[in-house]
Amino acid sequence: MKILAVCGNGLGTSFMLSLNVNKVLKDLNIDGECKNMDLASAKTESADYYIGSPEIMEQLEDGNKKVIPVVNMVSQNEIAEKVKKHILEAE
Amino acid sequence: MLETKLTEEMVQFTSEAKSWEETIRIASAPLLDKGSIEPRYVEKIISNVKELGPYIILMPNVAMPHARPEDGVNETGISLLVSKESVYFQGEKSARIFLVLASSDATSHLELLKEISEILTDEEKLNELLAAKNYQDIKNLF
Repeated sequence: MKILAVCGNGLGTSFMLSLNVNKVLKDLNIDGECKNMDLASAKTESADYYIGSPEIMEQLEDGNKKVIPVVNMVSQNEIAEKVKKHILEAE
Repeated sequence: MLETKLTEEMVQFTSEAKSWEETIRIASAPLLDKGSIEPRYVEKIISNVKELGPYIILMPNVAMPHARPEDGVNETGISLLVSKESVYFQGEKSARIFLVLASSDATSHLELLKEISEILTDEEKLNELLAAKNYQDIKNLF
């Protein structure tokens, strides 16, 4: 499973988020990898899921992409909760 | 790496909340003075936030203003501003911690980010950061 952590320029916020998403994936035994990317590139990059702040997810959403909005980029609790809701329970 | 980059002259404390634009300018000043970034880097951060929304907010209370290496970074560095009062962005989001990050390439800041992430994910350390009043309080977190 490919997950993209997205932020405004793909270097800071999204990297920090990807660190925590990868920890959560491991904890939940989900076979997948999270990479980070900027918003403009992410629009044309295919992935199973996109994760990032609600504002960024709103701009990425095009009706086909599966987006996961998170408020706290470093909270493993929130990320785990969202991953469970959007990935595990949706499948 | 935080210990060597986040030196005393890179850390500021303010008691009064200003606009988010002004706060980002003040928080970036030590990096400008040192020559790590150019003035256009700061303006790029501000215009990015206006265009894309406050993506620099990592979590409630904590913002990490940054743009891209090609936006005017000469040397990787980081500065910190702790505001006693909350600084509000567009909408409801606010921050008291401003960690201005400058990366001279796509990888040299990653170690810094890992160290910052360790502090922010540790609730006790986060509370100490929010309550910090002087450089020694910050240094104790490393």
